[in-house]
Amino acid sequence: MKRFLLMLICMACLLTGCRGIGEKTSDPEEEKQLITVGFSQLGAESDWRKANTESMLQAFTEENGYELIMEDGQQKQVNQITAIRTFIQREVDYIVLAPVTEEGWETVLEEAKDAGIPVIIVDRQVKVKDKDLFTCWVGSDFALEGRKATEWLHAFTRAQGIDPAEINVVDIQGTLGSSAQIGRSAGILDASKKYGWKLLAQVSGEYTQARGREVMNYFLKVYDQINVVYCENDNEALGVIEAVEAAGRKVGSDIRNGEILVMSFDGVNETALQFAREDKISCIGECNPLHGPRVRKIIESLEKGETPEKYEYVDESIFSSLDQVQAVEVDGESYPVTLLK
Amino acid sequence: MLNKIRKMTDTGLLLTITIVVFFLMYASAVIFLGSGFGKPQAFFNILNDNAALIVLSCGLTIVMIGGGIDISVGGVTALVCMCCAVYLEYHGGNVAVSILIALGIGLAYGLVQGFLVAMLDIQPFIVSLAGMFFARGMTTIVNTDPFNVTHSAFKALKETRIIIPFMGSLNRKGNYVDAYIEIGVVVALLCVLVLFCILRWTSLGRAFYAVGGNKQSALMLGINVRKVKYLSHIFCSVLAGIGGYVYFMHSGSGSPTHAEGAEMQAIAASIIGGTMLTGGVGNIIGTLFGVLSLSTIRNIVSSAGFDEAWWKNNTVAGMLCLFLVIQSIVVSRKKSAAK
Repeated sequence: MKRFLLMLICMACLLTGCRGIGEKTSDPEEEKQLITVGFSQLGAESDWRKANTESMLQAFTEENGYELIMEDGQQKQVNQITAIRTFIQREVDYIVLAPVTEEGWETVLEEAKDAGIPVIIVDRQVKVKDKDLFTCWVGSDFALEGRKATEWLHAFTRAQGIDPAEINVVDIQGTLGSSAQIGRSAGILDASKKYGWKLLAQVSGEYTQARGREVMNYFLKVYDQINVVYCENDNEALGVIEAVEAAGRKVGSDIRNGEILVMSFDGVNETALQFAREDKISCIGECNPLHGPRVRKIIESLEKGETPEKYEYVDESIFSSLDQVQAVEVDGESYPVTLLK
Repeated sequence: MLNKIRKMTDTGLLLTITIVVFFLMYASAVIFLGSGFGKPQAFFNILNDNAALIVLSCGLTIVMIGGGIDISVGGVTALVCMCCAVYLEYHGGNVAVSILIALGIGLAYGLVQGFLVAMLDIQPFIVSLAGMFFARGMTTIVNTDPFNVTHSAFKALKETRIIIPFMGSLNRKGNYVDAYIEIGVVVALLCVLVLFCILRWTSLGRAFYAVGGNKQSALMLGINVRKVKYLSHIFCSVLAGIGGYVYFMHSGSGSPTHAEGAEMQAIAASIIGGTMLTGGVGNIIGTLFGVLSLSTIRNIVSSAGFDEAWWKNNTVAGMLCLFLVIQSIVVSRKKSAAK
């Protein structure tokens, strides 16, 4: 035991010795010219997310004067909190956070604030009492996305002369608790009440193709009257189409002839866009992932000492290959539908 | 020096290797990766983030010394988090009772799994595999959605920080940041201390080693092998309950995906800490350093700019291989000495 203690003490001495050297050598002036940005991405679950990550990587290159440290949270808040602590410890200039859920960020944001590091939130939102805990937020208006998509469904089915009571919708939700899921699920829930559609079930497909297929398989077994599937992202829609076709049914907008109408969000995945052109997916609510340049603009303005807008919403469209609906109206504002050809 | 090494027991030698490796790793991180690691808070962060894993690994070490295995600890952690979260959030419970719930779940698990393993002689791997699935299943039955707890007394407990004097540091922007640890760290270190004492100075502790080392000789020594095995599983599961609560205090939420893969990390940490899967060899202090090494290497990998998740996993896998090789060398050393 004495031997261990001796060894421990030796090691401790070595460590403290090294610490001294480390501090002396680790402050070269030339490193300071790059602005370091710590980016805590929540995961890589969908094509939207991958496009989002890619956009960040391209916006913050060394040529542009940035050093980007990216940490993948693998869908866990605990991992993201650890990542933010690592950023604080490494003294980054800015922290960019794409949070996996909305709740539970107070403590770690407080730590960032104490360290004087501005935090920019992208994509999903955070729920904190003290809004000063983050500098600003940039992302999509998910509730609006949901309402636009459901308005499209309403306008389309009315143009076809389909009785609202005949519309049987299933909702394949996103990762539960994420802003996109909350906004988009609320859209279909509210619209079904408003227009008298039957909302058969809401189950999470976790934004992945595999889960989307699984959930749809289950739905097809339990409910045979489904004629509209409301998927909360492209990847889920791809899974749904696989499941429907494997079950010997057809996807498409011709509900009257037994086709299942698929709706989706994002519009990032190439296959999904191709399917939209072929009317396998009837309507895609766009969700723009290219936040990199937007965040860079915010950081540039912060560097100049300006105060950016607290909430910056991105303008988004609706994609469809059907020309029955030219535009949808939400709260008196008209949003045109982009025709895919 | 060589002679001294020869005289050391397997446990002692493996422990020394673990500690040396950890300090070398940390020192090189400080030298090559610069200021971030040099700050005391970097080390405290490793403790804060891994307090629960330390407790879980201690439990696994006990069970592994006794020659068994328990892969249900991650599931138990998730179940504890979810039950406590639901109790506090939806039933307005109080914090003390939630701690009792955590311990109760752990104890119940230990009693059942221990009974199946020790009294009915079922393979511990099979028993705890079933236990793992049961715990994960129960977690989703209790509540399917992940959510954060907003209970005020619990939040106060979660956010309590023990400030460590004179260890804070000025950051580049000139703000003084206090060094701190969370309550979970204190709990974890207490567990380590208590278990260290039990393993070293009590007859029960020695019985764990004896049963894990050689069941037949332990039986001949008059040790009640069944009872010792039973107790090792109870220890492990109760520690899983405590670890679950520590995890709960750290994350402040309940989720079916909490502590996914934690059992594998705990096994890895125990092995790196010098515990052998064959039983009879191991040390709690080694396990503590095993956890620290595991998380330090993850931290180094991401600080060195290898951001993708698979980098971390692969380095950990490499480290595990290295320690398994070291272990077999240590064991064969003994055999060749005996010849």
